[in-house]
Amino acid sequence: MLPEILTALAVVAAVSLILGILLALFIRFFGKEENEKVKEIRDCLPGINCGACGFKGCDDYAAALADGKTKPNLCIPGAEATAAELGAILGIEVEPPKDVVAFVHCNGICGVTVQKAAYDGISTCRAASMLYGGPDACTYGCLGCGDCAAVCAADAICIENGIAHVDTRRCLGCGVCAEACPKHIISMVPQETAAVVYCSNKDRGADARKACKNACIGCKKCEKSCPHGAITVKNNCAVIDYALCTGCGACVKECPTKCLREVFFPDLIQ
Amino acid sequence: MEVFKTLIVILLSSVLVNNYVLSRFLGICPFLGVSKKLNQAVGMGVSVTAVMLLATAVTWPIQYFVLDRFGLGYMQTIVFILIIAALVQMVEILLKKFSPSLHKGLGVYLPLITTNCAVLGVAINNITDGFNFVESIVSSLGCGLGFLLAMVLFSGIRSRIDESEVPRPFRGVAITLIAASFISLAFMGFAGIVDKLFA
Repeated sequence: MLPEILTALAVVAAVSLILGILLALFIRFFGKEENEKVKEIRDCLPGINCGACGFKGCDDYAAALADGKTKPNLCIPGAEATAAELGAILGIEVEPPKDVVAFVHCNGICGVTVQKAAYDGISTCRAASMLYGGPDACTYGCLGCGDCAAVCAADAICIENGIAHVDTRRCLGCGVCAEACPKHIISMVPQETAAVVYCSNKDRGADARKACKNACIGCKKCEKSCPHGAITVKNNCAVIDYALCTGCGACVKECPTKCLREVFFPDLIQ
Repeated sequence: MEVFKTLIVILLSSVLVNNYVLSRFLGICPFLGVSKKLNQAVGMGVSVTAVMLLATAVTWPIQYFVLDRFGLGYMQTIVFILIIAALVQMVEILLKKFSPSLHKGLGVYLPLITTNCAVLGVAINNITDGFNFVESIVSSLGCGLGFLLAMVLFSGIRSRIDESEVPRPFRGVAITLIAASFISLAFMGFAGIVDKLFA
């Protein structure tokens, strides 16, 4: 009895030892040496893998930077500090990244948007929007199930009064929420933005108004009032060209449904 | 001619009749875990096929030239587990060095395969069925293809399930397992077909 047990033990030990040595030798001779530069770059990045740079994560971005395939100013959470550090490592000049924050283009809060149905299904916006465009009469607006809040790495989004709100003090500007929104009503706006449109409804004015009291009715008053030509009404909904907007506030005074509003986004926490 | 006939019978029977996932219930873990999307399912299926071939090519000689010679046949299972695990690790190291793009594609799946029971099952069944080396290789190719087939079929079904309204008590794993059992039932229809092919 005992000899058999000992043989079995010895065989397993021997096999493990041989395989272990083989693996060690394998790594020694065939293992890929870790690129020093990639490691150095990776240490500069925040490491939250938000994907704002367009790569699969910080590791991917670091590898692409080391190969010189991309620019060092794409890391939005890291902002200027990271861009400067990366520039120093790579030995090139960098322009600082633009600070952007997420903004939800909807103000269809409870009691303002008409409900066409009571939704009692899977509690995600993606599922809700599959069922006849969601329970709200306005098929463009925020569903308030919080798909954006769920993907936010910075915990900057909360659902309040039936729609999503972005806490711009916490927003890193990574844009993951904009990707997650099945209605595509979250956009990344420059931090110095002075006015935004609180609606995405593309129906004609009368239909939009019927669905939601806060909707943009496409009356074009803002378009006419803007002295800088920064606002255009496209598909019955006002769109601001943030590059042209000076923040004079003329449009805000004109807007009859108060869906054009002045905003002040606080600075990012560094 | 006779040899080819045997090989074709082995290939077809391991793809359809003795499908590892659907008839022998091995490799259920990746079958349920990585079958949500078609491209992932295909990636996993191809990786498993490659590893099965490799594992058979290595374990067959070890069984006949090492274990049997020293009367250690009863150590088969544990020795095979160790060898396959080490083998997959070596393949991963090699891929990382020589084909980073392929490593990226298969990267997630290789560690999953390391201790996959389907791979171990193929290596052991080839021995118990008394196949010679060529037959073993063909059989493991068939098993790999059968696994790939099952993965692809099931990923299609799962994408349909995702879009349909499933009654609440059946949501998630429950409906997935029920769907899997239906495909398994369907595959029982192949039983006995292959033997009659060349009769």
